[in-house]
Amino acid sequence: MLEQYLSILVNSIFIENIALSVFLGMCTFIAISKKIEAAIGLGIAVIVVIGITVPLNNLIYTYVLKEGALSWLGYPEVSLEFVGLISYIGIIAAVVQILEMFLDKYVPVLYNALGVFLPLITVNCAILGASLFMVEKSLAFGESVVYGLGAGIGWALAIAMLAGIREKLKYSDIPEGLQGLGITFITVGLMSFGFMSFGGISL
Amino acid sequence: MSKASDVLFAPLFKDNPIALQVLGICSALAVTSKLYPTLIMCVALTATITLSSFFISLIRNFIPNNIRIIVQMTIISSLVIIVDQLLKAYDYETSKTLSVFVGLIITNCIVMGRAEAYAMQNGPAMSALDGFGNGLGYSLILIIVGSIRELIGSGQLLGYQILHMTTDGGWYVPNNFFLLPPASFLIIGLFIWALRVWKKEQIEVPEFSMKQNAPKEIKVEHA
Repeated sequence: MLEQYLSILVNSIFIENIALSVFLGMCTFIAISKKIEAAIGLGIAVIVVIGITVPLNNLIYTYVLKEGALSWLGYPEVSLEFVGLISYIGIIAAVVQILEMFLDKYVPVLYNALGVFLPLITVNCAILGASLFMVEKSLAFGESVVYGLGAGIGWALAIAMLAGIREKLKYSDIPEGLQGLGITFITVGLMSFGFMSFGGISL
Repeated sequence: MSKASDVLFAPLFKDNPIALQVLGICSALAVTSKLYPTLIMCVALTATITLSSFFISLIRNFIPNNIRIIVQMTIISSLVIIVDQLLKAYDYETSKTLSVFVGLIITNCIVMGRAEAYAMQNGPAMSALDGFGNGLGYSLILIIVGSIRELIGSGQLLGYQILHMTTDGGWYVPNNFFLLPPASFLIIGLFIWALRVWKKEQIEVPEFSMKQNAPKEIKVEHA
């Protein structure tokens, strides 16, 4: 049991790293990785939001959307899977909004650190992507908690690493047209090539 | 008319959503290993962004400012659900290949970005045109990356054998690296480089200038 959770965790952090192996959340990944502090702040915000929304969407999927899930209402043949996308994004937007208000009211220190990143997160495809992968892998509730956390940690790790590299890269002599965005793409390509070596690990 | 054509064609090279605005990169990388799913993805995205810009622009004067993101999201996700269902109905194989990436058009920042930056301020017709133009700019990069990857990676285009492979007694040894996802990063990176050599004004100003800070002559002091 524990072993299975551990394997999901390692799998979602390293082998199927959501940024470097499935390429989700790339827009923010590239846009907010110039400074390492900002990158870590955003990474933590992503861990929190993914860790909450994936299990929540799992509950929604199992008890409302899945085929036969509404049998407790007397509609055993109804499948609402086609409204899945809109429900997941609704949940994500709502959680982000609530989290923002909650942090603002009760944990102002954290709000000042994460506040600017929270609105960005609604449109971060890593969050929605993790929920969609959770449905595709048909994880149980406990597994989805672990998967959510793992996916978040993996993304945070990747953006912190990229920010570290980019801070050093600032002092290197790069050809004119390649500066900024171009070299970042190539760096991420090489990083993701490096992460492919985890693909050989079988759990 | 010139404004309309400007809105339509500027996103191709001058203000490309992927190469300059850094929007919508995720799907550009993951779905481009073969040209056919790439084309389907381009059509899906272009249709979504055109329609979403149109509808959001239609109701832009009735959307309260503080809930505009949720309203935009709802419109976009309804459109994406339609696209997703159509694809599942008519081309199930491709929809399996694209897996979650069709759903992820919702959070594709191009759609959201254009809604926020253009459709909220302009009329429906121009917004639809702007959406279409950005869809084309996105498609341009995806098609380039998709063709390069399929041609070099497996010697085919749209499934037709272009380069004769050694496994069939030909001369071409396929480079499997190009079928792996990291290759698309390198191709896009090099594409941006080429684009910026052509359009100089897109070059970014470096934060730290080499020549200026380098000492004029380096003295080696011996102890």
